[in-house]
Amino acid sequence: MDFISNLALGLSAALTPYNILFCFVGTLLGTLVGVLPGIGPTATIAMLLPITLSLSPETSLIMLAGIYYGAQYGGSTTAILINLPGESSSAVTALDGYQMARQGRAGPALAAAALSSFFAGTIATVFVAALAPPLTKIALQFGSPEYFALMVLGLAASVVLASGSVLKTIAMVSMGLIFGLVGTDINTGAMRFTLGRAELADGLNFVAVAVGIFGIAEILRNLEVTVQRIAVVKRVAGLWPSREDLKTIFAPACRGTALGSALGVLPGGGAILASFASYALEKKISKTPERFGKGAIEGVAGPEAANNAGAQTSFIPMLTLGVPANPVMALMIGAMIIQGIVPGPQVATSQPVLFWGLIASMWIGNFLLVVLNLPLIGLWVRLLTVPYAVLFPAILAFASIGVYSVNSNTFDLYVMAAFGVFGYVLAKLEFEPAPMLLGFVLGPLLEEHLRRAMTISHGDPMVFVNRPISATLLVVAMAVLAIAFIPDIAKRRKEVFVEED
Amino acid sequence: MDIKNLAASLVLLVTGLSFGLTSFFGMDVGSALRMGPGYFPLVLSILITGIGLAVGLKAVTVSVPFHPQYAPVRSIVAIIAAPILFGMTIRGLGFVPAVLLTAISAAMAAKGQRPHIAAVIALAITAFCLAVFYYGLGLPVRLFGPWIGV
Repeated sequence: MDFISNLALGLSAALTPYNILFCFVGTLLGTLVGVLPGIGPTATIAMLLPITLSLSPETSLIMLAGIYYGAQYGGSTTAILINLPGESSSAVTALDGYQMARQGRAGPALAAAALSSFFAGTIATVFVAALAPPLTKIALQFGSPEYFALMVLGLAASVVLASGSVLKTIAMVSMGLIFGLVGTDINTGAMRFTLGRAELADGLNFVAVAVGIFGIAEILRNLEVTVQRIAVVKRVAGLWPSREDLKTIFAPACRGTALGSALGVLPGGGAILASFASYALEKKISKTPERFGKGAIEGVAGPEAANNAGAQTSFIPMLTLGVPANPVMALMIGAMIIQGIVPGPQVATSQPVLFWGLIASMWIGNFLLVVLNLPLIGLWVRLLTVPYAVLFPAILAFASIGVYSVNSNTFDLYVMAAFGVFGYVLAKLEFEPAPMLLGFVLGPLLEEHLRRAMTISHGDPMVFVNRPISATLLVVAMAVLAIAFIPDIAKRRKEVFVEED
Repeated sequence: MDIKNLAASLVLLVTGLSFGLTSFFGMDVGSALRMGPGYFPLVLSILITGIGLAVGLKAVTVSVPFHPQYAPVRSIVAIIAAPILFGMTIRGLGFVPAVLLTAISAAMAAKGQRPHIAAVIALAITAFCLAVFYYGLGLPVRLFGPWIGV
């Protein structure tokens, strides 16, 4: 049984004390940034990227992954306790979770969130482990046209899954792609858009761009209004859900896991979509839909399972194809490159310890999260009382140190400031930043494969249509985009995302 | 008029045109078979400019009220100044003064923040960063730089 021996290999790698420690550090940090406003997993991972250089490749990826799914957990805590989702994927959790907290059922709500997340995480880990090897085999047959088509599909999906105008989001993706091209052209050595600055020869620093757009712009948004962060509960009592509750949440958690696992594989923000889809599904099939929005425990369990499963399976495209499904995965790829590992389908065979260790660590991380979140909930509640006036200067100081330490280059700090302003302007004009960052990462790859494909085919663009895999991928990409333009769907899309704000 | 989308269109047009013109006039565009450095950027710029035009045209035909909410100018300036200050002083003044200045600038961004409170917050943050990044993670930086003669 390959599957078992692979998982065993992964577990033996992930279960070394050192890796458990860093898995713990990652999930702890993730929970922290999930709970705290104004800083998300993207900015955190970006800041910590330079530090991981001193760790071994598997340890650093295990820790970074822990931050990512830890943040999904932490985000739900604030959603339940103060009706402020720490991460956008837990926005749905706030609908019923906060109502439960107001009715004095904060404990069961938190437990339902944690348990269904753990359940979903466990299943999704197996799903990733089972799906990754066959996908890797397919990916090994990919040539440039297929890679190009796949990235186009990923970008198309990120457009559809983003909120806001489809046209404007396409423009954002293109802008991201073009920003990604700044620097030396690898084929000819020509300088592109460097404005004569030597610092830009290696391109815009990804960490600086990510921290600017996600970190600084977010702080500016939070400074617009003085948000009252009052926890409805100072102490959470009666954590354990009743037998009745457990019975009620089991089926929603299963459905949420299935939905999340499937949608998470889609590039471009699957976890967020999964939680919305799960909530809609639970409400639809419930015998008492009127309870939703008034403290229905199913409305917490389903979406929480879905977003956690989605977060987990979004590793699949990254691990098997080296193509990031979201900005966080792009950072994970960045971490691999820093460690001298070329991302792509060959990682599974050339770095089996890293590959399976990372997958196995996800399960361990999910277990650690239950331990961290349920007994220590009091600690997290107290953290919510840290005033924002102390928090955001600290975030800015960390961000500055983090960005500087990537290359010890002061220019990167000016890039970070510039993209902070740009990101804020974009947010005010209702542009979506996440697809832009995805474009930024894929820009050079996309161009490289486009050029290679055209050279192979002697300049015949039919190469993308004549090869079955690439043709299929492109057709799916077109279909996905076309769907977004159908008026009925466009209207529903608007409704889904309205609740997010 | 839809001011928000008109501004959005302007952002797209400026980006599209500046990148597009640079690729077309400043770089070798090449052909589809042998793409030069300017080919792909030019295609993207045309797309961005096109969308900018479409968004702009739609914006002048509809009427949408515009009530934007901005962070106070003081906050924006203080926040943006923070990383710039860090960049300007990390080499010359060293880690401790650079972090202190960054944190003071950022702390002053909070509405109605008084300088002495900001200074206390900044000092605490600096001490924390010193412990975590310098002593904890061994970041290779000078604590005090050549400008202050240490």
